[in-house]
Amino acid sequence: MAMTRTQRIESLRRMLRIRRFEEAVAKAVRAGEIPGACHSSAGQEAAIVGACMALGDEDYVTGTHRSHGHPIGKGAALAPLMAELMGKVEGICGGRGGSMHLADVSVGIIGESAIVGGGIPLATGAALSAQVLGNGRVSLCFFGDGATNQGTFHESLNMASLWRLPAVYVCENNGYAATTPLALSHSVPAVATRAAAYGIPAESVDGQDLDAVHAAVERAVARARAGEGPGLVEALTYRYDEHAVNLLIPAQYRSAGEIAAWRERDPLALFRARLLAEAVLDAAAADAIEAEVTAEVKQALAFARAGAEPELATVFDHLYADPVGAAPELR
Amino acid sequence: MEAERELSYFEAIFEAEQQEMDRDGRVILIGEDIYLYSGSGLLQVDAKRLRSTPISENSFCGVAVGAAMTGLRPIVDLTIASFAYLASDQIINQASKLHYMTGGRARIPVVFRASMWHNGSNAAQHSDRPYPMFMNAPGLKVVAPATAADMKGLLKSAIRDDDPVMVFEDNDLWFKRGRCPADPDFLVPIGVADIKRAGSDLTIVSVAGCLPHALGAADLLAAGGVAAEVIDVRTLVPLDRATILRSVAKTGRLVVVDYAHRTCGAAAEIAAIVAEEGFESLRRPIQRVTTPDVNIPFAPALEKPLYPSAARIAAAARRIL
Repeated sequence: MAMTRTQRIESLRRMLRIRRFEEAVAKAVRAGEIPGACHSSAGQEAAIVGACMALGDEDYVTGTHRSHGHPIGKGAALAPLMAELMGKVEGICGGRGGSMHLADVSVGIIGESAIVGGGIPLATGAALSAQVLGNGRVSLCFFGDGATNQGTFHESLNMASLWRLPAVYVCENNGYAATTPLALSHSVPAVATRAAAYGIPAESVDGQDLDAVHAAVERAVARARAGEGPGLVEALTYRYDEHAVNLLIPAQYRSAGEIAAWRERDPLALFRARLLAEAVLDAAAADAIEAEVTAEVKQALAFARAGAEPELATVFDHLYADPVGAAPELR
Repeated sequence: MEAERELSYFEAIFEAEQQEMDRDGRVILIGEDIYLYSGSGLLQVDAKRLRSTPISENSFCGVAVGAAMTGLRPIVDLTIASFAYLASDQIINQASKLHYMTGGRARIPVVFRASMWHNGSNAAQHSDRPYPMFMNAPGLKVVAPATAADMKGLLKSAIRDDDPVMVFEDNDLWFKRGRCPADPDFLVPIGVADIKRAGSDLTIVSVAGCLPHALGAADLLAAGGVAAEVIDVRTLVPLDRATILRSVAKTGRLVVVDYAHRTCGAAAEIAAIVAEEGFESLRRPIQRVTTPDVNIPFAPALEKPLYPSAARIAAAARRIL
């Protein structure tokens, strides 16, 4: 089922929210306001939002170290995300997660794993839960091309297919595992073909085309929800930034021409142009959304900057849900 | 129903699992070969709650974590404890950290059971006692009961706990029988040690399946007029320091007995705690009785002498009397 007009406008807004958020984050990293490694989703917005728009609010998502886009794609508020990146109490994880683990549980994100492939079993477990509890939910797992060389990918797909779990595996294939291209790491470069080994239907789509990603993921979600088992969608996409913002890689591994060619097919520009061409909205309305998102990101930055540093006395908080026993470090 | 009767340690495991599965429909069992249970009478439960897995230890542990975060309360039977190494990615990188990394917004009520098959000529890859490695991962709770009643009560507490709990069981205890309450609400609290035998001359702290040997050593010492106090820690994380320190304050002498390898083991941690917090009570140096830092050999003549025994524990005690 194609998206409604409202859903397509919301898709544009969510892609913009990711892009503007990531631009602000990159600036804040360079200004020393955000500590630690930061992996930007800029360039991959259509793959993320196209997939998330095929889900309901109650559905589950797991993601990766490149974690900012997933909660935003699922509809999270920006301010607690930005506050988390600045290590503040008001952060969505209370300053315990940070850039590689920006999981907003309130919108169904149950984990963003900085161990490549680590989230794939978690998503599969959420699908098992949905099946055992019979609550009709679907679990969507984001992972990169690099993760498909981990055992967790193969082990989890096998179990999901064997048990016909309502799981949808979405590969954000940006062509590089950190700096290593697929040609140096994948015996068979097309990720989607790997699903055949487990009897899982798979599609490879243009990851810069939001409608194409959405349609493929929606087909997989519908099958999963109908009890027909898991599906896999490979979205061919690209990251604009370095593996991590400000990361100094001592050698060139992407040509300027390659980056420019992908920027020519910018997912936001493509989708905006399509919405205008199809008269879903006019330029003034699109500009108004841009202005709203820009203001929202500005507010998120202000909220994060005004936030409080966590007290050291709270460092043990949340280590255990139920701190029992006599050991003083658990109190 | 009789209030208390004899059960083997092994039967206590299944009674705990059956009672908790009857009590709470969210409890499921995940592991290799468990499809056999439904036909064997070992467990009476709907087939959808018994997930017999492929040999994919890391991922089925992760599946359990994901299921725990979304409304189920899985028990994973890892069978042989060495397989926990394969699953250490999901147990340590995910299970132990997700509650913390989400600022307390995600709960991980999952149990990982692992049985330790040492002292049976199973050689180096099936004989490890890996609990010290998991004690070193903040966010996990670790229990290692040594009697049928403690196993039943601690496993049930683990299943009801909202944190990831690793339950280590010594396979040479499986067929040891002991009094065990039938009450479906009988629980042994996590984090509380138990004084298995009171004494005033010497403290023997026992870890996991060392308990029968520690009690045997206490008998040997009693024959020489020495009253040893035997404490079974039962839980390794969180460790009941207070009970250990109170006993050492009384006796001034400590022997710690642990089946695991010596370096960075549970015995090392307990000795360090007493050295830091109970030094003034000590009248003689702390003694450790452990398995030496060597891979477990196949030949019985090589393997059997490696582990703590009543005689070795008693000898260590006599060195400090």
